[in-house]
Amino acid sequence: MLSPGMTVSSRLLRPMSRLPLWLGSDGRAASSQHKELIKNHELEKGEPRPLYMDFQATTPMDPRVLDAMLPYQVNYYGNPHSKTHAYGWESESAMEVARKQVADLIGADPREIIFTSGATESNNMAIKGVARFYQTKKRHVITTQTEHKCVLDSCRVLESEGFSITYLPVQSNGLVDLELLEASIRPDTSLLSVMTVNNEIGVKQPIKEIGQICRSKGVFLHTDAAQAVGKIPVNVTDWKVDLMSISGHKLYGPKGVGALYVRRRPRVRMEPLQSGGGQERGLRSGTVPTPLAVGLGAACSIAQQEMEYDHHRVSMLANRLVHKLTSELPDVIMNGDAEQRYAGCVNLSFAYVEGESLLMALKDVALSSGSACTSASLEPSYVLRAIGADEDLAHSSIRFGIGRFTTEAEVDYTAEKCITQVTRLREMSPLWEMVQEGIDLKSIKWTQH
Amino acid sequence: MAASARAQVISLYRVMLTESKKFPSYNFRTYAVRRVRDAFRANRTVEDPKAVERLMVEGQQTLELIKRQVTIGKMYETQKNVVED
Repeated sequence: MLSPGMTVSSRLLRPMSRLPLWLGSDGRAASSQHKELIKNHELEKGEPRPLYMDFQATTPMDPRVLDAMLPYQVNYYGNPHSKTHAYGWESESAMEVARKQVADLIGADPREIIFTSGATESNNMAIKGVARFYQTKKRHVITTQTEHKCVLDSCRVLESEGFSITYLPVQSNGLVDLELLEASIRPDTSLLSVMTVNNEIGVKQPIKEIGQICRSKGVFLHTDAAQAVGKIPVNVTDWKVDLMSISGHKLYGPKGVGALYVRRRPRVRMEPLQSGGGQERGLRSGTVPTPLAVGLGAACSIAQQEMEYDHHRVSMLANRLVHKLTSELPDVIMNGDAEQRYAGCVNLSFAYVEGESLLMALKDVALSSGSACTSASLEPSYVLRAIGADEDLAHSSIRFGIGRFTTEAEVDYTAEKCITQVTRLREMSPLWEMVQEGIDLKSIKWTQH
Repeated sequence: MAASARAQVISLYRVMLTESKKFPSYNFRTYAVRRVRDAFRANRTVEDPKAVERLMVEGQQTLELIKRQVTIGKMYETQKNVVED
């Protein structure tokens, strides 16, 4: 109940000091001011480092990976494409071992692996390359609304070249509707691109089922598996995937390297993006960076060996985190499907709390409200909007990334801090107070006439 | 397993744990200790002398790797994190 003499609007007009920090004095979002607050906070000497809980943005390099790379950063510096001397040969054989390690992890043939600079390049290559190669006959590409920015942007470029693109919506659990997907395929569809594991909400798309549909309709299937490879079992043969993007730094490998799987049978043809010396079967000219390729290979081989162990541990830690948070805090919503997901990506919405202010309150834990690429903007995530999350819930989401090196102590610390800060922020929130008094927020008219 | 082989395994296990504890990075240190312990536990029931020998060679190689990486870690040490005491 409202106390006498106090209207809803008078409760919402709190003294400025109680407004969240990112609001300027006129109540307008001052994004530059906000960005500065985050940017300026580099660690002082002696100040403890925050915990790292952002494994979807990037992962630390495994010491075993660094150990495999170092010889190629020090003594074996030959160009792997040099055919006339031992320097070239030793680099080439290291590169080919790495290629096989990548291929083995995804059930491919080494000849189907193209080294690139990362998943962004792989995605660009796959989408633009395939669409452009077949453009005389096929001018339609299908993707989903929750793809990574680089997939969506590549599609935008194709649109400007006259291709027609279908951006499939996803269901409220983040999964694509297979019937809708099948119905969207046209006779002139050349490519379908769906990500395996979503980088923001961690949902796992039914790639195997999609692969079957695509194969039966004669459409190439590309999947951005940057968040999946090395974390969940992936097999391009079983899944009937034609192109797959892989990123080094998402599976404890080095940054600046990735791979694109391109199927040989039935053959996928594509137009290369880069012109040059014709390396990597002419699809990706440019010298392959041997140390980075070796690092990617080592990371893949370690991931294969550790997959079960890592999976067991990451699931245990994720459950521990979710259990602690949901048992202590009411109104916590998990975004994305509860079953079809990668356990290490936990995306939670804390209702009535602004995600960005929670992130700032939790400054000794490195967290994110979504993709690192868009973490500078105050817009709510387009992925959360695509799954139909209300604007306010989309604003109150935090992504917890758990990985190989996360410990129980880190999870417990994060959960405790989070519980304290969410409780504190809610106590300051007029919305929370109103909800506690049983007022339905949806019934309130916010605009005055 | 022969008594001499058992002694060798236990000795390798001890050295690997001691070296793992030297990682300056909290996350690498806790991971190495946990992984070494779990690997030895998982292979506790291996009896075949050939398999034991192969695992011992692997363990020796990993031990050398841990030593190298501890050395590198010490060169670029950073502040402790908030859960370390």
